[in-house]
Formats: sequence, C-alpha cells, structure tokens
Amino acid sequence: MTNLAVRLPGLELKNPIMPASGCFGFGREYSSFYDLGKLGAVIMKAATGTGRLGNPTPRVAETASGMLNAIGLQNPGVEKIIENEVPFLGAYDTCIIANIAGSTLEEYEKVASTFNETNLVHALELNISCPNVKEGGIQFGTDPSLAQAVTEIVKKASKLPVYVKLSPNVTNIVEMAKAVEAAGADGLSMINTLTGMQIHLPSRKPLIANKTGGLSGPAIKPVAIRMIYEVKQHVDIPIIGMGGVSNAEDVLEFLLAGASAVAVGTANFSNPYVCPEIIDALPETLERYGFNSVEEAIGKGIMSV
Amino acid sequence: MMIQKENMIIRSVTNIALDTIEMVLENTYISKTAIPGQFLHAAIEGHTLRRPISIADIDQEKETITILFKILGKGTEKLATYQPGMTFDALGPSGNGFQVDNTRATYLLIGGGIGVPPLYYLGKTLAEKKCNIVSILGFQTEENVFYEERFQALGKTFIVTNDGSYGETGFVTDIIEKAGHFDSYFSCGPVPMLKAITSKLPTKPGLISLEERMGCGVGACMACVIPSADGKGYQKICSDGPVFHAQEVSL
Ligand SMILES: Cc1cc2nc3c(=O)[nH]c(=O)nc-3n(C[C@H](O)[C@H](O)[C@H](O)COP(=O)(O)OP(=O)(O)OC[C@H]3O[C@@H](n4cnc5c(N)ncnc54)[C@H](O)[C@@H]3O)c2cc1C
Ligand SMILES: Cc1cc2nc3c(=O)[nH]c(=O)nc-3n(C[C@H](O)[C@H](O)[C@H](O)COP(=O)(O)O)c2cc1C
Repeated sequence: MTNLAVRLPGLELKNPIMPASGCFGFGREYSSFYDLGKLGAVIMKAATGTGRLGNPTPRVAETASGMLNAIGLQNPGVEKIIENEVPFLGAYDTCIIANIAGSTLEEYEKVASTFNETNLVHALELNISCPNVKEGGIQFGTDPSLAQAVTEIVKKASKLPVYVKLSPNVTNIVEMAKAVEAAGADGLSMINTLTGMQIHLPSRKPLIANKTGGLSGPAIKPVAIRMIYEVKQHVDIPIIGMGGVSNAEDVLEFLLAGASAVAVGTANFSNPYVCPEIIDALPETLERYGFNSVEEAIGKGIMSV
Repeated sequence: MMIQKENMIIRSVTNIALDTIEMVLENTYISKTAIPGQFLHAAIEGHTLRRPISIADIDQEKETITILFKILGKGTEKLATYQPGMTFDALGPSGNGFQVDNTRATYLLIGGGIGVPPLYYLGKTLAEKKCNIVSILGFQTEENVFYEERFQALGKTFIVTNDGSYGETGFVTDIIEKAGHFDSYFSCGPVPMLKAITSKLPTKPGLISLEERMGCGVGACMACVIPSADGKGYQKICSDGPVFHAQEVSL
C-alpha cells in the first residue's frame, strides 16, 4: 500500500492534494461534482478585512498553456467568510487553509486574528504576493523586510500555523524565503502567479481591464519547480508547491523538487474532477517511480553538490 | 439542474453563414435537462480555458443539442474542424436560463449576431406554450444571416443588417416600433446593443443574456462578473446568469 499521508504543521493530510486559493471559491461549486472529503485540504479564496468588489472585467485571458487573471481579491470579507463559508467546508473530512490578504499591516493583522474565532480552520496561507491589487501600493511580496514584518505581525496575531505564499516576481526567491522563515513562518507556499500582459489586437489595448494579470497554468510549472528546488536547499520549513499542476506526474515532480504537498489551481477550470483524479492516480505513479509513500519522495530530486 | 461533465458526440457539422457553424450534438443528460438560455462550457483540445456556447435547440426525442457558433479565434477555429463522430466534453447544462411562466403573452425576441442562437430554443419553447412571438434579428451583412426561416416559422420576423445588404437597414433598435405591441422582451447580443435596447425600453419587463470572458464557468473563480444595478456588488454571469432581468445589472 502506497502511503499518501503527509504531516505538516497544523495539517494532518490524508493525501498531499489541495485546490489552490482562488481557483475553487469556498468549495461549494465543486462539491456538486465530488465529495470534498476526498481532498487532503482545501485552500479558500483570499479573505480581506472587509469585502472587496474586485477589478473591472475582462478579468481573465487565455495564453499558450495557461491563463492570465486579475480578479482583484473579490471576496465578502473575513467575517462573512467565517460565518457563511467556513462551516460549509467544515462539514467535510478535510483540512481547511484560509488564504489571507490585505493592503496594510493592520488589515493583515485583523484578518489573521479574526480567524482565531473559528476552530474549523487548520492553517493560514499568508498571501503577500497578489499581483492584482493596486490600492495600498505596498508590495509585501517583493521586499524581504516588508515580508518579514507582515509575517511577524500575522504570527503574533494568529494561533494557527502560517504558510507564507511567495511571489515569483522577484530576483532572489531564496532571500524572500529566508526572510519569512526568520520571521517565524511555519511553512511556505509557492508559487503565486507571474505578472504578465496580453494586448488585444482589434482594440490595440491590454485585454485585461487591470492591464496586467497573473500568469498561471502549465506554462509556469518549470518556474515553480526551479524556485522550490532552490528554496528547499536553504530553508527547514516545509513547502506547499503549486504552479501548473495538472496530473499525478506533475505532483511527483513537485515532491522531488522539495514540496511536501501540492496545490492545484488553473487545472480545475479545464477539468473540475482534476483533484480526485490526481489522488486516484498518485499511488500508481509513485510506485512506478519507485516510491512507497509521498513522504519518501520529498526533496529526492535535489542533487547534492 | 446540476451541471455535469458530459461527453458530446458530434452528429453533424454545417456551415450555415459566414464563419458560422451549426453543430448537432448527441447527449442524453443535457438534452433532457437543459432549458433555453443555458450554455455548454466546451473543452477544446489544446486550450486551458473552456469556451461557453449557448444551447440553440434541443430535440428531446433524438437526444440532440444544437449549437451555433461563429469562428472568432483559436478555440472556435479548432472546434469548427471537428467532424461528425468525434466527441468533446462539456460542462452543462450551465447557467440560469430564460424563465418563462406566462402563456398566451406576446414576446419580442431581439437577437444580435451570434446572440441569436439561444433565442431560437427560447422561441420554440414559447411557441409550444401558445405565446405570440415577434423576432428582430440583427446581423452585420447579408452573408452573416442565419435561421431566418426557422424564426419565421415561430412568428413575424424582421431581419436587419447594419449595411442594408439584406432586410431592413440599421440596428435592431431602429425596428422596435414596427414590431407592434408586446408584453415583454428577451434579448441576447453584444453589450452596446443590449444597452441601446434597455435604455429604449426602460419600463418594459425584459430578460437579457450576457457574455463575458469566463474561467471556471461554475461560479467559483469570479472572472465573469457584471456590476449589479444597485451598485452593491457583482453578479456572476456563469452561474447567476447568463440571463438577467434587464434592470438587475449595470451594463
Ligand atoms: C454564456 C455565453 C454564451 C455564448 N454563446 C455563444 C454562441 O451560442 N455562439 C457563439 O458563437 N458564441 C457564443 N459565445 C461567445 C463565445 O464564447 C466566444 O466567441 C468564444 O469563446 C471565442 O473563443 P475563441 O477561442 O474562438 O476566441 P479567442 O479570442 O481566441 O478566445 C480567447 C479567450 O477569450 C474568451 N472569449 C473571447 N471572446 C469571448 C466572448 N465574446 N464571450 C466570452 N468569452 C470570450 C474565450 O472563451 C477564450 O477563453 C457565448 C459566450 C457566453 C459567455
Ligand atoms: C482565477 C485565479 C484566482 C486566484 N486567486 C488567488 C487568491 O485569491 N489568493 C492567492 O493566494 N492566490 C490566488 N491565485 C493563485 C493560485 O492560488 C496559484 O498560486 C497559481 O494560480 C498557480 O497555480 P496553477 O498554475 O495551478 O493555477 C489565483 C489564481 C487564479 C488562476
């Protein structure tokens, strides 16, 4: 029997697969396709201090092997999420990770501490890397000292383990990872989307109303693998990997690069059943490449110098 | 009805107007459950995102669904090369369709270009309920016109082309006066057309069907939204719509 279970701070995962933040709402829509209890965990759509309406449309565009999005963190706000969404997910036998975002340190602190009011959430994913929100203007995700500051504040405000979600839009990803580890992060989550743009020929203007959007999907997988591979060698905290995962082979590749669990985003749009299909295919895939468990494969792709 | 991931078997592919394809698809579940105004979220090989295409007709006995689509970009270009016997998967029936309860009323159908297809299945359903139907169908030019006879079989039909190469000249809104009395209207087409219609008919009850670039197509990703008329937020086109009350959204 192949063992799919993974144990991470705050998370006893029965398997390493979870839908990525923003690609699965709060689970309701996908619960009509399959039992969410099959998933290792669910990462919820970002929560902010108060509700946000998000960006004007168009908010998405298709690219070669991927897509751009600039949703702009549309969400009802942390209180409504705790009241209306968390209990729904809490009824399933799966772990819940709350993705939190904000424009100011105060907003992050408020969202993090508000999640203390429910005992149904198992961990926080601290989104310091959303490229699609302009207000506030502070780019927590690209400045190591700001990333450190927001991590410290959220750690202090929350009783839950904190996984900091890193932005790939930086020159030195290892520096960012080390900064948030030093600030007390319990884990990392990587990668968020890569900032991109598409120009619509008939109108001669950027297609996405926000002008830029975040690139996701298979196109970004090699970037994610490279960054996880680099970071894994310099930090001791576990990594939840993501970026272009669409099948069990991709999951194994992320494990080999150093991820301990894997989130699936854009692939849910092409195939709403992608997560359960990956979970079903994972034992056979691990066996085929000589592994008896998920934990055995973590970091095995890293060549010692 | 619940959205399912269904296998669509292509039964026929016909070129019915300029860059316009009519495709008849066989599928039991969708043919039995879909209502007018709902759509298929079609997976096209080699594409990350699915393509939303309206249900233009259904034959419940033969268990077929007809779609009509315009070749506009890479995805529809690829779909147009699919041959009878081939299959593709689609999520459906997707979205909230046209709710029609009143029988024996007079309805005006106003379609623009590739917004015409969902109105056909709607018109057929209304005709079965013994409603009076008047249709105004707008196209760019004569070569783009399709389904004229089919709409005529449902009731009085005006064709209007922007350049006057066929039927009346101008925009659908130029013809509304000629349509005579109607109780309410149903419309689908480009946003500028819907805007012109809703501002011309501010007090008439009407339902409009909207288009926007979609992600998941099931209501989870918040890509395809339209501001609510009350200014208090957004509605999701894929799952709250694509059909809305004309006064419910801010175009
Ligand atoms: C609810 C709904 C029903 C529709 N019904 C029909 C129909 O019956 N017949 C028909 O011909 N067309 C219909 N459309 C429009 C159709 O979805 C687009 O023309 C099609 O997706 C274009 O794909 P493409 O790959 O050829 O174009 P590309 O420009 O290459 O597509 C790139 C991306 O943009 C999206 N996109 C581009 N144009 C549109 C558009 N107008 N609306 C939504 N997404 C778009 C595509 O889905 C894709 O994700 C409908 C749209 C919606 C939202
Ligand atoms: C439509 C959409 C919305 C997203 N929303 C969020 C979000 O709210 N918070 C967040 O941390 N990441 C968000 N992401 C990023 C994903 O969680 C993920 O990091 C990224 O898409 C890479 O994974 P993928 O290639 O499997 O999609 C979003 C991505 C998409 C495509």
